[in-house]
Order: sequence, then structure tokens, then C-alpha cells
Amino acid sequence: MSAGVTEFEALLREALAPVDPPDDLLARMELRLVNLTELAQDEFEAWELSAMRDPRNWARPAAAAVLGASAGTALVVLRVRSRHRSRRQQSHNLFELAERTIQDFAEEARRVLPDR
Amino acid sequence: MAEDIPTNKAELDARFSDLYRQHLRDVYSYSYYRVGNHYDAEDLTEQTFLQAYRHFERALRESNGRPLRPWLIRIAHNLAANFYRDRARKPVSTLEDAGIIAEPHTTESLVESREELKEILEGVGKLPDDRREALIMRFALGMDNREIARALGRTDGATKVLLHRAIRQLETIVSAGTEAGG
Repeated sequence: MSAGVTEFEALLREALAPVDPPDDLLARMELRLVNLTELAQDEFEAWELSAMRDPRNWARPAAAAVLGASAGTALVVLRVRSRHRSRRQQSHNLFELAERTIQDFAEEARRVLPDR
Repeated sequence: MAEDIPTNKAELDARFSDLYRQHLRDVYSYSYYRVGNHYDAEDLTEQTFLQAYRHFERALRESNGRPLRPWLIRIAHNLAANFYRDRARKPVSTLEDAGIIAEPHTTESLVESREELKEILEGVGKLPDDRREALIMRFALGMDNREIARALGRTDGATKVLLHRAIRQLETIVSAGTEAGG
């Protein structure tokens, strides 16, 4: 019985042989990741820091990060949020804290998102 | 065992690059046997790695050094379930196509062998979803019981039983088909 099972399992292994992906899938997938992060990068590059002194404009880059959604953009938000906590104790006032956080957000986005 | 988590984006990306180069074939094979055609398998593979990239840092942190292949396959498993739910359909082509890819025939004996493999693949397609998936993970991907258990969210013991029953049921299906066919 066990020999039969072994033989059957050998056939099963042969039947369910691994399937090689198309040669270009790896390259296409890397390109897809880059493209997705670039979509969000366009949003960040269009965003002028001077305009961000008005708190009413703060929602837009945050929305870009969320809508750009994939891959690197999510990491930008996470890292900036993490540093924001430690910065809060060092800043003299709320405005300075906000400005530093926004600058950090832009710098982190440039670092995380790939060069074009 | 504590996992060495990359501290910057470049290191994290390099680790992720290693991961998908190492497991692209696994994810693709799993996807192919789930959806039954190359077009959807490519799509499912891409979606799996995009999803994995988004949560990679956390996965590294929470894996405690364990292999990430079960986590990847679990993502593919969930996406495949959504794939069927969204499209409200089962695979358009059967698994028998995979046999053609795996073993091109050149002689009469190989043709006979291919018939046997074809019957087995047809039998795999008739199994309940959980049993079929366990067999794909074991035989197409070479995953051990523990890895399969993690991918399916089951205990090691339950996975062992699942695999055993899957093989027994498949043997019964194939035997019945052979006898019916003369």
C-alpha cells in the first residue's frame, strides 16, 4: 500500500510540476512597482512647500499618499509619522513642528520614491 | 530568533528584491494551478508581490526569522479567492494544460504517461478547494507540512490529515476514472 502511495505521489509530483513564469515577468513586475510609486511622486513634486503654510492645503499631499497607495508611499507615511513623535518634543511651537513634518514628508518621499 | 530588519529603504528594497527573485516561480506556479491560465496567473502573481511589498516591513518584523514563502502564498491564496468572487467564475481552462507545459511528449510511452498525468490533473480539479490547494503547495511548490499549515492558517496536525485525505481521495477519483474508461 505504501509503495503504491509512493508511486502515486511520484506521478502527482510529475503532474503538478512547477510552472516557469514568462521570462519577462520579473522585469515587468519591477517596472510596475516603479510606475505605481511614480504616480504618487508626481503629486509630491507638484506640491510647493510655500503653499503648505496654509493648513487648508495639508490634506492634499496626505491624500496623494493614500491614493498613490501602493508600495513606497505607504512607507513614507509610516516613517514620517514615526519621526513626528520624537520631533514633537523638540519643537518650540506648533507651526514649527508642522513645517518640519511637511519638509520631512517631502524629503522622505524623494528618498523612498525612485528617481526618474 | 530575532529578525534583522533593514533600517533604510534601500536595504528594505534589496531584501524584497531577493524575496521575489527567490519565490517568483513559487507564486507563479501556485497562481497558475489556481486560475488555470497564464494570463490570469501573471496578473495574480503581480498583485501578490505588490501586496507583499506594501506590507513587507511588517512581515519581516513579525516573522521572527521564519521563511516568508507561506506568507506570500497566503497572499496569493486570498487574492485568488477574491479573483473568483469578483468574476463569479471558476478557472476557464482546466489544469491539464499544465501537463503539456511540464512534459512535452516525443514518444509513445510518454504519450501514455501523459494520459495518466492528465487523469491525475483532472482529478485534482475535482477535489474540494482546501485539498486541491494543499496538494498544489506540497507537490508543485515542495512546501513541507509546517509551511503549508502557515499558508492555510491551520495546525501542523490538521495539515497532515488534510494532505493524507487529499491524496487518498485523488487516488479514488483516478481509479474510478480508469475503471470507468476500461
